[in-house]
Amino acid sequence: MDFASFLIQTLNSLQYGLLLFLVASGLTLVFGIMGIINLAHGSFYMIGAYLAFVLSSATGSLYMAILLGVPLSLAFGALLEWAFFSHLYKRDHLEQVLMTYGLILIFEELRSLLVGDDVHGVEIPALFSGSIPLSDVLSYPVYRLVVSAVCIVLAIALYYVIQRTRLGMMIRAGNHDRTMVEALGININMIYRVVFALGFALAALAGMLASPISSVFPNMGSHVLIISFVIVVIGGIGSVWGALVAALIVGFADTFGKVLVPEISGMVVYIVMAAVLLWRPEGIFKKG
Amino acid sequence: MTTKKIARNLMLAATLATVSTVTLAQEKVKVGFMLPYTGTYAALGNAITNGFKLYVNENGGKLGGRQVEYFTVDDESDPAKATENANKLVKRDKVDVLVGTVHSGVALAMTKVARENKTLLIVPNAGADEITGPLCAPNVFRSSFSAWQPSYAMGQVVAEKGYKKVVTLTWKYSFGLESVQGFKEGYEKSGGKVIKDMTLPFPNVEFQPFLTEIAALKPDAVFVFFAGAGAAKFVKDYAAAGLNKSIPLYGPGFLTDGNLDAMGDAGKGLLTTLHYGDGLDNKKDKAFRQAYATTFKSQPDVYAVQGYDAAQMYNAGLKAAKGDLANQAEIIKGMETTKVDSPRGTFSLSKAHNPVQDIYLREVKGGRNMVIGTPVKALADPARGCKM
Repeated sequence: MDFASFLIQTLNSLQYGLLLFLVASGLTLVFGIMGIINLAHGSFYMIGAYLAFVLSSATGSLYMAILLGVPLSLAFGALLEWAFFSHLYKRDHLEQVLMTYGLILIFEELRSLLVGDDVHGVEIPALFSGSIPLSDVLSYPVYRLVVSAVCIVLAIALYYVIQRTRLGMMIRAGNHDRTMVEALGININMIYRVVFALGFALAALAGMLASPISSVFPNMGSHVLIISFVIVVIGGIGSVWGALVAALIVGFADTFGKVLVPEISGMVVYIVMAAVLLWRPEGIFKKG
Repeated sequence: MTTKKIARNLMLAATLATVSTVTLAQEKVKVGFMLPYTGTYAALGNAITNGFKLYVNENGGKLGGRQVEYFTVDDESDPAKATENANKLVKRDKVDVLVGTVHSGVALAMTKVARENKTLLIVPNAGADEITGPLCAPNVFRSSFSAWQPSYAMGQVVAEKGYKKVVTLTWKYSFGLESVQGFKEGYEKSGGKVIKDMTLPFPNVEFQPFLTEIAALKPDAVFVFFAGAGAAKFVKDYAAAGLNKSIPLYGPGFLTDGNLDAMGDAGKGLLTTLHYGDGLDNKKDKAFRQAYATTFKSQPDVYAVQGYDAAQMYNAGLKAAKGDLANQAEIIKGMETTKVDSPRGTFSLSKAHNPVQDIYLREVKGGRNMVIGTPVKALADPARGCKM
């Protein structure tokens, strides 16, 4: 690999890793803070992508779709928490897995009934539809760079909210000791609802942003789900910062794995996960 | 024995014979569909079923002069359930012919069940080379294609365009690898050279690293096998990376089937090879499309054609056996020797029971795969490993 290719592959890794972070951050929040194994997280990504498709066809613009889609997902996330997930906090993991798996089936069936089983494309907004030439034959699509920039902004915003605001403090406290937080007079159920809605919206937003790149299609959430769990586990459950680092590690492992060791490229990410867990069984950023 | 008695016995025998012919004619032929009716391939399963039923309807609701009774099992495209599902139709419903399926892994399991039970099997899509290769059997037929066929033809097309070095890329599963193998054979035989084969695990669709590789290798052309949503994404990524301007992209027809809407402008002008396409200039196809559209209120595709032809093949076999369901040898002989008047153009069957058919070159124009030529006529799968 020459140096130019190496640089471009690094860009590919960053770009892929950042998008993965956006999906995984919501999962790590819900998993770490609320203690729920949410298999339906991939479906949230799928719902976001289909929202982008339906809303952008209706309004003619992806901006409008995202503008409408994000509040919709927040509301839908809060509704889901109230209707289903709020009953799960005190249940064991088996029941959580059963219910969230059931939700996957329900969401896929609803998707099939409402939108059908065809593959659909979503238009890239005209402003970002160009490409930047990198070498004589290869260009880089502007939209991918924009998505990466949005992911970085969101990562910083998330970090700020969780580390520097009162809400973030309550979330972290709830993660640490639910009973004590309740004893201090904080409405922990409301905090959970907010966190869950936020997690849902992050996954849905990832789906919306990715929809012009990936197209929308049945079962599109399932692949994202597995890789998100890998990231959450590598990063340390509940750590947003860990999810960012882990997502970038996975981005690099996947990209360079495909180029350098194509025979086992499907395994590289999992080998990395195993190695990290041997080194730090609770993930990179798990604090006691 | 008196004359009277003889006459009476003769009459009795005649009556009995008449009665048995009547019951024979009334006994329906049992057709077992084992196809995907849910999941990613549901649309394909329905198209095949519709195509099959369309032919039966055109044939007066009969196959080989018998009324048809359908049995249906949803195979869910799940190889783990395939043997059990096939046995439901073969052992419980005792079907006369098994029709299925789309997914190659499921079809391989069905082939094994069919071989063990000597049940007639017609595969209306799955392209795994093995089905009419090492697993070939007198009672196993295919109305579609082998993975090898369209890709081999594409190899010749790319070589004839004067491209000297090519890079290939596919998902790492048997159908993709068989496609690449077929392409390589056709291409290198005609003087080209494949400089690198690249694969990625199915269903991974993060193509960016490979696009960077392709840009670094600078081949004359690229051959890929992808299908469905993944194919749409690949074509879009390839165009967004600007590679389509300097390095043309080729693939078997699955690259652009059923996903042109999702591809948008990125798909324009793509050339692919397949045994069917839009705008074929033959009467049979026009009539077929018209009839299908009126009956099912949707447009037919290659899968509907393959279902339609499966019904034609079986009808020809039953006719040769004069409707006698028990006479499998005669049915098989009839199917082997028939010329199928397919919407794709007339085809016959190879010794291994795979269609010997024309492969068309198609160009994406106005959201359709328009046929622009026939690079290889009457192409037969080499049926490697078939001992029949």
